[in-house]
Formats: sequence, C-alpha cells, structure tokens
Amino acid sequence: MPTLLEIVSPDRLLLSQPVDMAVIPAAEGEMGVLPGHAPMIVLLRGGTITLHEGGRPTSRLYVSGGFAEVTPERCTVLADEAVPVAEVSRSAAEARLAEADAAYAAADKADIPALEAAMQRQQAARAMVAAAEAA
Amino acid sequence: MASLKALRARINSVKSTRKITSAMKMVAASKLKRAQTQAEAARPYAERMQRMLAALAASAAGSPNAPRMLIGTGRDQVQLLVVVTADRGLAGAFNTNVGRAARNAIQRLEGEGKTVRVITVGRKGRDYLRREYANRIIGEYSFAGKKRVEFSDVDEVAARITAMLAAGEFDVCTVIYNRFVSVISQVPTEARLVPLPMLEAEPEEKPAGPQAQYEFEPDEEAILAALLPRNMAIQLFRALIESAAGEQGARMSAMDNATRNAGDMINRLTLNYNRTRQANITRELIEIISGAEAL
Repeated sequence: MPTLLEIVSPDRLLLSQPVDMAVIPAAEGEMGVLPGHAPMIVLLRGGTITLHEGGRPTSRLYVSGGFAEVTPERCTVLADEAVPVAEVSRSAAEARLAEADAAYAAADKADIPALEAAMQRQQAARAMVAAAEAA
Repeated sequence: MASLKALRARINSVKSTRKITSAMKMVAASKLKRAQTQAEAARPYAERMQRMLAALAASAAGSPNAPRMLIGTGRDQVQLLVVVTADRGLAGAFNTNVGRAARNAIQRLEGEGKTVRVITVGRKGRDYLRREYANRIIGEYSFAGKKRVEFSDVDEVAARITAMLAAGEFDVCTVIYNRFVSVISQVPTEARLVPLPMLEAEPEEKPAGPQAQYEFEPDEEAILAALLPRNMAIQLFRALIESAAGEQGARMSAMDNATRNAGDMINRLTLNYNRTRQANITRELIEIISGAEAL
C-alpha cells in the first residue's frame, strides 16, 4: 500500500499523489519515507525530494526548507518554496548562492544564531545549484 | 424648474458616472475571482500547518521553557494590533468597518489601562486611525500597486513582529481584518497571533491518544523555533488575502448598487426632462393661440 505524499507551499498545493517511497532532505540527513513509517515531525533543510514508484525514482523537486509531517499513511511536506528540479534555473540558483555567500561573509561572527541562519541559507542555495546541475 | 439645458447636462453626467461604476464593478468581479482562487490555494498549507502545530503545541506547552511565541509573555499589558485594510476606497463600508473595529478595540483596551500599539497594513486603515491615534501607530505597510499579495511581502511584516516579540516590546498580538464570508458579506474579525489561541481550546481533544505520539527531529524546540515564525507569517498572509478578496467583493457590491442608483436617477431625470419639454411646448402653443385670438 503506497504512502500519500503531499507537497504544499504557502501559495498552493503542489503535489498530492501516492508514492512507494519518498526521500526527503531532513535537517539531520536524507530520510526515506515508506508506508507505515512511525509518526514524525521533521525540520527540512534545502535539498531535493525524490519520489520513488515501482522501484525507481520518478521525479524530483527542489525545496528550500520547511517541515514534514510523517504518519503511517501519509507524508506531508510544508515547503517554504518548492520547484520541480527541471524548472530550477541555473542562473537564479547561482545568484542566490552568491547572495547567501555575501550574507554569510557580512554576518557578525560573534552572533552564533545569525551565523547559523546564514549558513543554512548558504547550504540551501548550494543544494539549489546542485539540483540545477543535475537537471 | 430647471432649464432643459441644465437637465440634459445632468443626465449626461449621471450617464457617464454609471459607465464608470459599471466598469469598476466588472473589474472588481474579475479581480475577486483571482483573489478567491489565491485564498483557496493558500488554504491547504495553513490547514496542515495548524495540524502540525497542534501536535507540537500539545507536547511543548507544558515545558517551562516553551517559546514565547507559543505561550506569550504571561502578561497582557502591552497590546499590539495589526490592522489590515485595503489601499483604495470606493468599496462601501469595507474599510470603515475594520477601522471602527480597531477603534473600539483600542478604546476598550485603553479603558482597561493597557498600552496599545498599532501596525497598519493598507493605506485606508492608516488614514482612518491616524486622526485619533497617530501616536499609537508604530509601523505602517502598504502593498498598493501590487497585483496580488505575495507571501514574501508578508514575511517582512512577520519578521518585524517576531523581532518585536523577541525584544519584549509587546505581550499580546491581535490582527484585525475583514474575514471573507461571501461576496456580499465581510465580517471584521479579531484573530490572536500571540499567544496562540489553540492552547486554550486544547484540553478537550487531548485524550485522543495515539496521534499525539510523534517523534521529533532534531527536537521539539528546534522545530517550534522554526515553525512558529512561519505560522505567524502564514496567519498574516491568510488575513491579507482574505482581506484582498473581501475588498473586491465589497467593491463589487458597492459598485453594483451605485450603478443601479445611477440608473434610477437617470430614469427620474429623463421623466423630469420630458415633462419640462412638454410643458414648454404647451406654453408656447398657448402663447401663439392667445396671440392669434387677440388679433
């Protein structure tokens, strides 16, 4: 029995379809969600969500961060921003990475939370560039 | 009685007013459709976020170091009101209703001896409150000229509120906006952002049992720290798009009324015009006939 994967961003419901497995970029490492997974709420970092159907990956989406709620029947991803990998623009990704790099360089090195936030943005932008390259 | 020329001018002017109001009605109708679609598209995210938050809140509310955004500061001395209105008028009582609700809220809170601070979103609300409460307004935002409200616009406002909360500048935060009930009905509503109202409604559904056993990764606090500001932005965003849809609905029915009134007025004026014309003809005839008889 497949699990229902839902991806929503603040302005719309992007995807709602049954999949055999979804791999989501959790804050502490990639996480594969199969049907019957224990209930979890996880924080996401920037990365790609991969949908697996019939034993192979069928489609990939880039998310810039967000949350996921996993229950045995369902996996709901609340993405800050989600785009199918094929539509990620290389130039936009690089622009964002440059911006994030600059923000990180400008951040106050003593202000640890701000520094961490800047680093997370940097990593999300890097993942976006990687997604654009893979497409 | 007005002269024929004056009446004709009047009729023409009302006719062009009617053209304008009916055009505005059409524009509002098409914008309403767009705003409604946007409001509907945003609903799934808000709903799921609510669900997640409920699960998290249940397990985090008891802990003594629960985040401020969830449980508030424990006081209610300084009240922050976020007043959401439109940027443009000609929408019937739409803006005034929110303005009045905000004014009542300010009066009520100040009557209880609280300190009130106001952030306005939308020009009309600012104009309305500035007359009496200019010194309470600490921030104003306006998205005039934008085709639609984007989530990123709201982020700016939410970030400001989050920063204020972290700095302890207010205890309770409430949004006042027009809730979209239907095209002809928008209800001014107060919605509390901080502390989250769901906590008070919680106990009755607590014993639901099995669904409360979530695992958290990295941990509850880290997730809440990220989720709560997000939730705030979402709630604000929702208020804004509901208000945007309501504005178009209100404008549509206001302009529909105006068009109808203009039509009635044209009918009345036309009747008046024809009567005056007939009276003039009769008078001239009488003058000619009595002149001929006098010969």
